Order: sequence, then C-alpha cells, then structure tokens
Amino acid sequence: MIEFFSSIQNSLIFKNFFLVLSGLDNTILLLLISLPLGFVLALLFALGRVSKIVFLSKIIASYIFVIRGTPLLVQIYLIYFGLGSVKFIRESFLWYALKEPFWCGVIALTINTVAYGAEIFRGGIQSIEKSQVESGLSLGFGKFLLLRKIILPIAIRKVLPSYGNELILMVKATSLVSLTTYMEMTGIARKIMAKTFAPVEAFIAAGIIYLFLNFLMIQFVKYLEWKYNPHLRLNN
Amino acid sequence: MFKFEKLVFGDTGWGDEFLIATLMTLLVSILSMGLGLFLAIITVWAKIIQNRIARFIANFYTTVIRGVPELLVIYLIFFGGNAVVMSIAKVFGYNKYIELNALTIATIAIAVISATYSSEVLRASYLAISKGQIEAARSLGMNKFSIFFKVISPQVIRHALPGIGNVWQITLKDTSLISVTGLVEIMRQSRISSNVEHSPLTFLITAAILYLCLTTISGRVFKTLEVNYSKGY
Repeated sequence: MIEFFSSIQNSLIFKNFFLVLSGLDNTILLLLISLPLGFVLALLFALGRVSKIVFLSKIIASYIFVIRGTPLLVQIYLIYFGLGSVKFIRESFLWYALKEPFWCGVIALTINTVAYGAEIFRGGIQSIEKSQVESGLSLGFGKFLLLRKIILPIAIRKVLPSYGNELILMVKATSLVSLTTYMEMTGIARKIMAKTFAPVEAFIAAGIIYLFLNFLMIQFVKYLEWKYNPHLRLNN
Repeated sequence: MFKFEKLVFGDTGWGDEFLIATLMTLLVSILSMGLGLFLAIITVWAKIIQNRIARFIANFYTTVIRGVPELLVIYLIFFGGNAVVMSIAKVFGYNKYIELNALTIATIAIAVISATYSSEVLRASYLAISKGQIEAARSLGMNKFSIFFKVISPQVIRHALPGIGNVWQITLKDTSLISVTGLVEIMRQSRISSNVEHSPLTFLITAAILYLCLTTISGRVFKTLEVNYSKGY
C-alpha cells in the first residue's frame, strides 16, 4: 500500500500537477482584472451601440466588427510586439504598462471580451419588450432610473447563459498570454515539456486544472441564473 | 511606422509570401473543417443511438475538448501525436521513426477542436426535425439510407447552416494558433517577416487585415448559401 502511494507521488504527472498548479494564481490574476473590467465596458459599449447617436453607434459597430473578425492571438501580438516597436509609445507613460507581458495580456483580453460582450448585451437590450419600458415611463421614471431599474436587470439576466459561454471562452483564452513569455499554467506546462520531454503528462496536468476552473465557472453562472431568474425556477 | 514598401510582390517585399501563407491558412481551415464535420457526424450518431458507452465517450470527448484551451490541445497533439502514431505502428510491426508533417498535425488538431462545436450544431438541428417526418418516410417504405439522404440530411443542412457558419469563423481564427507548430500560415509568416525586417507593427497589421478579409468574405458566402437553402420556405 505504501509502495503504491509512493509510486504515485514519484510519478511524473503527480509532480507536474503541482508545478502547473503554481501557475494558477497567474491565470486567475489575469481573469480577475480583465473580466470585471470587460463586463463594465461591454455594458457601456452595448448602450452606445443601441443609442440614437449614429456616429457613436457606427464607431462601436466597426470596433466590434474588427475585433470579432481577427484572432485573439493577432491582437495579443499586436499589443505586445507591435506597440512595443513604436518609438513614441516606448517613450511615453504607456510603456510602463506595455513592457510587462502581464499588462499586455490584460489589455488584449479586455479588448477582446468587450467586443463579444457588447454584442451579447446588445441582443439582451434589444429583446426587452416595449411594454415594460413604456410602463416604466408611465410611472414617471427618468432615463437613468429606467436603465437602472428595468432595462439593465432584465437584459443581463436574459443573456446570462450566453455571457457564461463568453466567460468560459475567456478562461481558455488566458492560455494564449503564455506566448508573450508570461508564465501562467500553459507556459509552465510547456517549460516542463521542454525539460522532461514528456508532453502528455505535462499538458494533461494543465488540462485537468483548466477543466476544473471551467467547471467552477459553469457552477457560478448557473448560480447566478438561479438567483436572478426566480420566475424560471422549476421548484421552490 | 507602417512600411508599405515591405509588402510588394517579388524579392524586395513580402507580398508573395503572404499570399502563399493566406492560401495555407485557407487550406488548413477547409481541410480541418471537413474532417471536423466528419468527426462531428460520428459524435452526433454516438450521442443519439441508445448505447450508454457510446454516449458516454461522445459526451466525455466534447466536454473535455471544450473545457480545455485550444492551445493546450494543439500542443498535446503536436508533441504527443508522433509518439501515439509510432506506438500504433509498433503494434503492426513497424519499428522505424515516423514523423508526421506539420500540415497533417495542424489539420488533425484543429479538426478535433472544431468537431466539438460542429457536433453541438448538428445535434440541435437533427433534434429540430419532427419525428412525424421520419415516421411518414418509413410508412412510405423508404429504407434507412434514403431516409437519411432524402429526408434528414437536406433539413439538417438548412437548420445547421447559420451555426456551421459560426463554427467556420471560429475554425478560421483557431488556425492562427497553429503557428506554434511551425506551419507557415499567416500568423507564422508575419512573425518571420517581422523578425527579419524589425518592424512587427507592419506585418501584424497585415495579418489582422488578411484575417478580417477572410472572415468577412466567408461570412458573405455563408449568407448566400443560407438564402439558397431556405428558398422553399
């Protein structure tokens, strides 16, 4: 029995698991900054997209078009390698953030999730029934109160499932930041692979952690759906 | 900043290299989309037949691949694929070193990812066909094959086209990750060129524009197809 446990403890996949786990905080740090920031900005962008100011709406539409039409990897490289090669950016205050792969990753992930999130929220806002807005108006709600009490709560809870998908895509997208020398889980797994020539063990260890992370994310979204859609609960 | 003179065709610029790289991206996308659809059909079939083991394997496959970053799947297939192929060859008594070329590995890796998305689309559109139609076809005496090809497939294609269009866009963008395996597609070409010319901004913006063109044009193509396939409705 003891032999069995010690053989597990000495196995490559077990050791790798804890090595890769040490990169988990770097992955979560990326998410903790870019997801809340992306959520707030996506809401603002969606409101701008549905607003009656044609100019603003057109600009946001083309921003969404460009970001959704190009791969995230191009965006990360553009920010990390591309902006770093421009001289006046290197001399400006922006360079304090852009010389760190971490902040480049945060910026790229935020830019990406804002485009997808804005499109999702736009769908939610446009699917609100007119009668609900009208009843709010008839109660004498102002524009801001209407937004805060009627439009946003209904829109957000309607799009929770699709926004949950976007959150999971973001968890997966953090792995791309490893290509800018930022050492999160995928980066560590690749380093282990280069050192031990055991690709399967290293990447499966990382894969298990990502799966667990996504599982937690799904449960979190499910909880939010349960909490904010009381009218859709099957049993009380 | 943006050097147009580096993008001309011929020996002084990188235009022709980028053209070949674009064709390579398209080739990988089309091949892996096709292979992915084939895998997706098998997955859907495994999910709808009444067999617990088949359904478990199909669900396990889609859940795991969709829960793990694409980059990790590509690394796993790129670095682990050779070992798997060699161990299979060993069973058949072939002991020499086998190396799969980059295009094969890239196609398989992207197809494995894209098949999980396609399978969800195909399953949903299969379930959208009403049972009455299949029963009606059976009562007319059609056999399984003609039911599949004359009743199920045309309707599945019509229902699935918008979703398949989305999967195509995802697949096209996922091919940019293939650059880590060394296959020279748009992304890899832009890294090579920017390393030679020391102006990453030029070539990365070129790559972004090329991807944008590809996604926009293929979006148009899928719109036309959708219109064509729903003519009768």
